[in-house]
Amino acid sequence: MAKTHVTMTVNGAQVEGLVEPRTLLVHFIRENLQMTGTHIGCDTTHCGACTVDLNGMSVKSCTVFAVQAEGAEITTIEGMANADGTLSALQEGFRMMHGLQCGYCTPGMIVRAHRLLQENPSPTEEDIRAGIAGNLCRCTGYQNIVKAIQYAAAKQNGVEFKEAAE
Amino acid sequence: MNDMTPTREEREARLEGMGCKRKRVEDIRFTQGKGNYVDDVKLPGMLHGDFVRSPHAHARVKAINTEAALKVPGVLAVITAETLKTVNLAWMPTLAGDVQMVLADGKVLFQNQEVAFVVATDRYAADDGINAVEVEYEPLPPLVDPFKAMAPDAPVLREDIKDKSDGAHGPRKHYNHIFEWTVGDKDLTDVAFRKAEVTIKELISYQRVHPSPLETCQCVCSFDKIKGELTIWGTFQAPHVIRTVVALIAKLPEQKIHVISPDIGGGFGNKVGAYPGYICAAVASIVTGKPVKWVEDRMENLTTTSFARDYHMTTEIAATKEGKVTGLRVHVLADHGAFDACADPSKWPAGFFNIVTGSYDFPTAHLAVDGVYTNKAPGGVAYRCSFRVTEAAYCIERGMDILAQKLNMDPAELRLKNFVRPEQFPYHSALGWEYDSGDYHTAMTKAMETVDYAGLRREQAARREAFKRGETREIMGIGVSFFTEIVGAGPSKNCDILGIAMFDSCEIRLHPTGAGIARMGTKSQGQGHETTWAQIIATEIGIPADNIMVEEGNTDTAPYGLGTYGSRSTPVAGAAIAMAARKIKAKAQMIAAYKLEVHEDDLEWDIDGFRVKGLPEKFLGMKDICWLAYNSPPPGMEPGLEAVSYYDPPNMTYPFGAYICVMDIDVDTGVYKVRRFYALDDCGTRINPMIIEGQVHGGLTEAFAIAMGQEIHYDEAGNVLGGSFMDFFLPTAVETPHWETDFTVTPSPHHPIGAKGVGESPNVGGVPAFSNAVNDAFSFLGSVHIQMPHDFWRNWQAAKDLGLIREPAAA
Repeated sequence: MAKTHVTMTVNGAQVEGLVEPRTLLVHFIRENLQMTGTHIGCDTTHCGACTVDLNGMSVKSCTVFAVQAEGAEITTIEGMANADGTLSALQEGFRMMHGLQCGYCTPGMIVRAHRLLQENPSPTEEDIRAGIAGNLCRCTGYQNIVKAIQYAAAKQNGVEFKEAAE
Repeated sequence: MNDMTPTREEREARLEGMGCKRKRVEDIRFTQGKGNYVDDVKLPGMLHGDFVRSPHAHARVKAINTEAALKVPGVLAVITAETLKTVNLAWMPTLAGDVQMVLADGKVLFQNQEVAFVVATDRYAADDGINAVEVEYEPLPPLVDPFKAMAPDAPVLREDIKDKSDGAHGPRKHYNHIFEWTVGDKDLTDVAFRKAEVTIKELISYQRVHPSPLETCQCVCSFDKIKGELTIWGTFQAPHVIRTVVALIAKLPEQKIHVISPDIGGGFGNKVGAYPGYICAAVASIVTGKPVKWVEDRMENLTTTSFARDYHMTTEIAATKEGKVTGLRVHVLADHGAFDACADPSKWPAGFFNIVTGSYDFPTAHLAVDGVYTNKAPGGVAYRCSFRVTEAAYCIERGMDILAQKLNMDPAELRLKNFVRPEQFPYHSALGWEYDSGDYHTAMTKAMETVDYAGLRREQAARREAFKRGETREIMGIGVSFFTEIVGAGPSKNCDILGIAMFDSCEIRLHPTGAGIARMGTKSQGQGHETTWAQIIATEIGIPADNIMVEEGNTDTAPYGLGTYGSRSTPVAGAAIAMAARKIKAKAQMIAAYKLEVHEDDLEWDIDGFRVKGLPEKFLGMKDICWLAYNSPPPGMEPGLEAVSYYDPPNMTYPFGAYICVMDIDVDTGVYKVRRFYALDDCGTRINPMIIEGQVHGGLTEAFAIAMGQEIHYDEAGNVLGGSFMDFFLPTAVETPHWETDFTVTPSPHHPIGAKGVGESPNVGGVPAFSNAVNDAFSFLGSVHIQMPHDFWRNWQAAKDLGLIREPAAA
C-alpha cells in the first residue's frame, strides 16, 4: 500500500515517518517511534489504554489515523515527567496512593488525568470519576486512582493533601 | 552508645519489612511508561501472525484455500492443521487431560475457533491475508444448552472421542459427557434429607464470564536454528509450566527452551493456560526462521482464550426448624465448551468445588459434578479465585440466604448459628478438607457492628412497609456473605499439574555489601511481588527491602515454580521465601558467633543482626555479616551467603471474610444504587496493608462486574454475544461503588509467617454479597432466587415477573 509522509511533534520533538493511510496513530507511536508506553487494550475505543494528549485534548490513539495527526502536538506518557526527570505530581500521586497495580492502564490514565487537571484544577471526586470514565482499569477498582488524582491536584494547587476518611 | 545510634524503631522502619505500607518498587517504571510488556518486545526481522477464525459454532471444514492469501503483499505463510500434522501438533494436550485442536482439523466446534494462521511482515498485512483465505464450511446443528448435551439425539461434538467410554477422570455416560466427579457420603446425606424438618432446593446458576485483563494474551517466539533453541516471551502466569509443556509436546530438550514472562498487564486466570496462538507462533518461527509475534485482539480474547464459571448448581440444604443445618446436597452441571481445557490441578476435574460446605458445620454432604461438551469456547479458568472456589462460595452463600428466607430467620443470624466454631479448628469438613484456622464469629460480629446491621434491618422493615403502602417505588436490599476460601495449591500429596507437584520456590543470594537478589517461581501480574517479597526477606534477615532486588519470570534464572494464580503465591512461594531466608540466617549466625567469639546458642536475633545474650553492646549487623561471608568466613565454612528453598506446603490455607452490601433498587426501571459495601478480610499475617487493600478494591470491583452485568452469552445458533467491551460489562469509575475495607488477623498455623493469601477473596465473597443484596431486596415480595447478572433489565424483569410493573393502559 502506498505510504504517506507525516510530521508531528511528540513530547516536544519533531518526528516524521512513512505510514499507510490506514496506520493507526497508536501503531505509529509504538512501532515507528518505538515509544511503547502507550498501550492497546481493546478494539472498540472503550478502554483508554492508548490515550494520548493531542492538540490539548485527550484522544484515544487507536481511533485516530496517523495521517490525521499531521502537524499535531502530541504528548504521551513518556513526556509526562518533570523537566528534571523527577516524577510529576500525578506520577508521584499514583505511586503514593497505590493508584496502579499491573501498570497497563496507567499511562493512559495519567495522560488523561493530566488533561483533566488542566480543564479542572480542583475537581471533586465526582468530577474525577466522570473525567476518567473513558479509561478502564481492571486492577484497582478506581478508588485509589481517584485519590492519586486528588493528591496531584492538591500538590499542583500548593495545598496539603488530606485523604478522605474511609 | 552515642546519640547517632538509631533507635529500635528507626532500625525497624529502615527495613520496610512485613506490616509496612511500603510504596511499590514497580511503580517507578510503570508511571513513566517504561514497563516492558510482551507487545513491547521487538526483534530484528520479526513477523506477525494472526488467525482466520470460524464464523460457525459447529461445522465441517470442507476445504481451505490459501492460494489467494499467499499472493497478498507481505504474507509469507499460511499454516493450517495439515501443516501442523507434519510436526504432530495439530492437536495439543490440555491441562485437564483432554486434547484440543490447535487449528481446525476437519471441523470447527465453536464460533471464532482458530482455523488457519497467517504469517506476514506486519500486523496489517497479516489481516489482509486473513481476508484472502477461503474456507468452505458445511454447517452442523449446534449444541448450546448444556442441559441438552446428554440428550439421546444430541449432536455429536467430539468425533475424535465419541466411542471412548473412559475419559481422563473416569467413565463417560454419553458422547458429550466429559466426567462425573463425586465427593462425600451419599447414603448419610440421603438420611439427613429424609429426616430433615426443613429443606430447600434451588437451581443456582453462575453464568459464563471472562477474566479480560486489560492486556490480552500474546507472545513472541524466536527459534534459533543454529543453536536449536526456542525463546518465548509470553503473557504467562506460570512460565516454568509453559516451558515443560513445550518440551513435552514439541519434543525439544527443555534446556533449549527459554521462557520469559516480562511485565504482565493483569492475568486473573486468563494467562494460566496454553493457547493455539502460542503453538502457532512457535511453529511459524521454526518454519520461517524468523521471530513471530502473536497478539490477540479484544474480540479474540473474550471469545476464544478461555472463560470462567458456567456452573449450574442444583443446591439442597437440610435443616432443623431452629435453623441448624444437617445436610448439603449439590449437583453441578458444568459447561466446559468444546474441549476440556479447565485450568485445575490435574486430579481435580471440578477444582476445589468441594469447599462448598463453606463456613458452616455440615455434619454430612454430598456433591456430584457432571462436565459436558457444548459448542462454546473451551476453558474454565479460575477468574480471580482458587479453582472453582467462587462458584462454591456463591452456591452456599445463596443457599444459606434461601434457607433463611424459608425459615423466616435473619440470614446473618442463620450464619452465626451454623459457623464452624473457633475451638473446632483444625476443622475436618464433610467433603474432605482440613481448615487450618478461623474465627468466624468474631469477624461476622465485627462486620455487623461496624455497619449497624440491626439498624439497617430496621430501616429496611420500615421501607418495605412504605413500599407496600405505595409511598415509594424503591426497594432496599442487604446482602450478607461470609466466605471461606481454600487457596495455596498445593500439597504434593494431592496437587499437581501434568504430574509436576505444586510446590514453589525461592533463591536468595546476598552480596558482600549487604544487598542481594531474590528469585522466585511465581510471576506477578500486578500483585506487587517485587515490593512484598523483599519485605518478607527484610523482616527475616534484617537487610532493608530497598537493598533486595526481586526477579521473576525468566525460566533460565528463576528456580522452578508453578506460577501465580489461585492465590498461591503468598501461601506457597511466600513460605519458600521465609524458608530460604532462614537458611541464610542460620549460616549468618555461625559467622556472627565466630566473629564475636561466642557459641551460636549465645546469640539472639535483634531486628537486623545478632546480639550476645546479656551483652547488648556485642552486636554484629547483617550488613557486616554479608561482608564477612565473602571476606573471612569461619575456618572450614564455604564462602558466600545464599540459599534456595523448594516449599511443599503441608496444607492449603483458608482465608475468610464477612462482606455486607446495601443496595437500593428502583422497581420501575431496575436501576440499582450500591449505597454501601463493607468488606472484612482475614488473610492471616498481613505483609503490606496498602497492597492488601488494593487487592481487595480490585477484587470487589470484579465481583461487582460479574454480579451486576458480566455475561458471555450465546444465542441458539452458537453466536457469541459478549465479544467486545460494547457488550461485556467492565465497570468504569462512574459505576464502581465506594469500598470500605476492614480486617481481623487469624494466622495460618502451618505457614512459616502465618500468611494465607488475599488477592481473590474479594471476588469470592463479593459476588454473593451483591447477588444476596438484590435477592434480599425482592424477597419480601415473594421472590426466592433471581439469576445473575443483576443488570437493570433483569431487575426490571424480576419486578415485572412479580407483578410490580403497571402495564401502560391501551391507547
